[in-house]
Amino acid sequence: MAASAVVRRLSSAPLRDHRLLRPFSSTGSESTITVETSVPFTGHKINPPSRSVETTPVELLSFFRDMSLMRRMEIAADSLYKSKLIRGFCHLYDGQESIAIGLEAAITKKDAIITAYRDHCICLGRGGTLVESFAELMGRRAGCSKGKGGSMHFYKKESGFFGGHGIVGAQVPLGCGLAFAQKYLKEGTVSFALYGDGAANQGQLFEALNISALWDLPAILVCENNHYGMGTAEWRSSKSPAYYKRGDYVPGLKVDGMDVLAVKQASKFAKEYALKNGPIILEMDTYRYHGHSMSDPGSTYRTRDEISGVRQERDPIERIRKLLLSHEIATVSDLKDIEKEVRREVEEAIAQAKENLMPDPSELFTNVYVKGFGVESFGADRKEVKAILP
Amino acid sequence: MAASLQSAVFLSNRIDPHRRLFASPARSLPGTKGSILVVRSDGRISGRLSGRNLITNAVATKADTPTSSTDSKPGHELLLFEALREGLEEEMDRDPRVCVMGEDVGHYGGSYKVTKGLAPKYGDLRVLDTPIAENSFTGMGIGAAMTGLRPVIEGMNMGFLLLAYNQISNNCGMLHYTSGGQFKIPVVIRGPGGVGRQLGAEHSQRLESYFQSIPGLQMVACSTPYNAKGLMKAAIRSDNPVVLFEHVLLYNLKERIPDEEYVLCLEEAEMVRPGEHVTILTYSRMRYHVMQAAKTLVNKGYDPEVIDIRSLKPFDLYTIGNSVKKTHRVLIVEECMRTGGIGSSLRAAIIDNFWDYLDAPIMCLSSQDVPTPYAGTLEEWTVVQPAQIVAAVEQLCQ
Repeated sequence: MAASAVVRRLSSAPLRDHRLLRPFSSTGSESTITVETSVPFTGHKINPPSRSVETTPVELLSFFRDMSLMRRMEIAADSLYKSKLIRGFCHLYDGQESIAIGLEAAITKKDAIITAYRDHCICLGRGGTLVESFAELMGRRAGCSKGKGGSMHFYKKESGFFGGHGIVGAQVPLGCGLAFAQKYLKEGTVSFALYGDGAANQGQLFEALNISALWDLPAILVCENNHYGMGTAEWRSSKSPAYYKRGDYVPGLKVDGMDVLAVKQASKFAKEYALKNGPIILEMDTYRYHGHSMSDPGSTYRTRDEISGVRQERDPIERIRKLLLSHEIATVSDLKDIEKEVRREVEEAIAQAKENLMPDPSELFTNVYVKGFGVESFGADRKEVKAILP
Repeated sequence: MAASLQSAVFLSNRIDPHRRLFASPARSLPGTKGSILVVRSDGRISGRLSGRNLITNAVATKADTPTSSTDSKPGHELLLFEALREGLEEEMDRDPRVCVMGEDVGHYGGSYKVTKGLAPKYGDLRVLDTPIAENSFTGMGIGAAMTGLRPVIEGMNMGFLLLAYNQISNNCGMLHYTSGGQFKIPVVIRGPGGVGRQLGAEHSQRLESYFQSIPGLQMVACSTPYNAKGLMKAAIRSDNPVVLFEHVLLYNLKERIPDEEYVLCLEEAEMVRPGEHVTILTYSRMRYHVMQAAKTLVNKGYDPEVIDIRSLKPFDLYTIGNSVKKTHRVLIVEECMRTGGIGSSLRAAIIDNFWDYLDAPIMCLSSQDVPTPYAGTLEEWTVVQPAQIVAAVEQLCQ
């Protein structure tokens, strides 16, 4: 069967290459499948795109594999945190993988993505490797930010991933600035600024939206609405939970964020719109299974029934699994093989990252300035460290 | 509101127009081409124009100076805000990635006329009028800088940038570090600050003390048209985020500056008046109060060495140290408040490095730790006056 040949090709991908697979172009040998999204799109001051999405078997398989990889990575991060290899803050993205994957399927690496602190999977989607991610989480020198950023500061400049920001909402003006630069340099690309339902109440968001609409910037604001801003439910924090309408004069689209094909369709639509007309808001209706961060059990403000209900009915990976099985692109055992392989990849990446060293002590003072000026100062005993004072 | 800001009284009313400030050296940047005039720190001139008579003094002149006498001298005369504009314009001509964003910088011409004429010349995409949204347009400037643009972000008054503090501290200062060196943020954040003429407490803020601990940020303060233009150009060319502090009352200072292109070093202090008895470290507007006091001190027989530190972060400990080693006495005169100000950091740096050379405790004259009152007499007493500087030097030199 052609599909199993494809699956075998995926499984025999070189072990060292832990990057995500790119969806292959659908011209040529692969057949196109048309799938309807789970729910139609709702538009605010805009005609929503059609519900029918075209995809190919290869793309669906890559969605499955990539989302499983992300899911496995986040669960591994969970256990690493509990064994105290990851410290501080760790915000996990499982449940929301479809947004990262769907976005990537619709855009190029020249487009920019910027997000808040729930950034591990977005970085992976942008081309970050598993080793880089785990090393950064554990503060090792092979991390994507040399171990100096941590969980909330993943960046990948060459693939247009601008982080990774700890302060809620501050990334949205940055994202509009990216869009401004894209318009200034006439690049024909767009910027996606991701934020959550909690950040949607930040004033700087509306300020940035006003400026973007005024200057017709190719900025797409994506609200990943997982219905909880840390411990506060949506209905307790926002008078108007219709985040896609919050733009008022800026059109918006409400998307089922757990359906990767809907996300892909909406992102493609938004990119075309933004390049011509200026900003647009996408609200992704999604859910996170973990709590806000690792220090939050996630069950004090919501019931376990709710979490398991969403997991049963709306899980993005399950949805793709059902699609693959119903269209007979893969068998149950094929998919199990993929999951086993993904698990193995993640475990190898963790082992590799664990062996990696902590950053050299001199790294404390590098990258403060470009062409670092002296920032070193006396240590407490005044004997060890020499002074190059600012 | 903007109109009242623009009508700030000329500082020249307060300063004796015949007093001259001594030679201000400008060290050349490494790697600069021969077309830039270089004035070495001992006054020698090199480059294609050696032999020409270069005036490096800053003179605060009154408006009725006859213009005919200035025609024969080299260079051209202009006011400080024009010098800033010249620097900005030259950099915008040189590099198409430089853009300006701020409130009323475009069509209005800038509330202090620093950006006047730039919008018609460069268009709306390079000179951007923003809405009153400091937090977001500072963030946008930083986001644009992450991709390679070089925005110059203007705060109409430095105090307004407090609204953008999060962006300046976390994103501007820290992104180069937290991304492991991937992103550099070549922004220039500039604006007028300092105590003006009865502008009220909220419009008389001195933010240099608030920003000084932000790692990754560089801070410079200009005080003359010559160094304003040079520092503006250097700040734009720098790959680090630079905060350029201007002063509301210094915008109308007039000086003759060279026609040739010059760029000053961002980390260097300026020797305003060499001396032997005491080192007076100052910056921005207080330089003029110090020079006024210096005149009195010279009449009383003292020989103060006046250094305009210019670079507020990092300090130019090389120049300052050499001066301390010579005079052994230090007086710091600053306009920011006593608590947590630039003076307190400078004091700590001098004590850490040059303790053995000090013959007397370091004195620091700063503004009072009060919100600036509106009443003129009270406002005068919040900032350091020349009489206090004279008294402090006399006390130091006992």
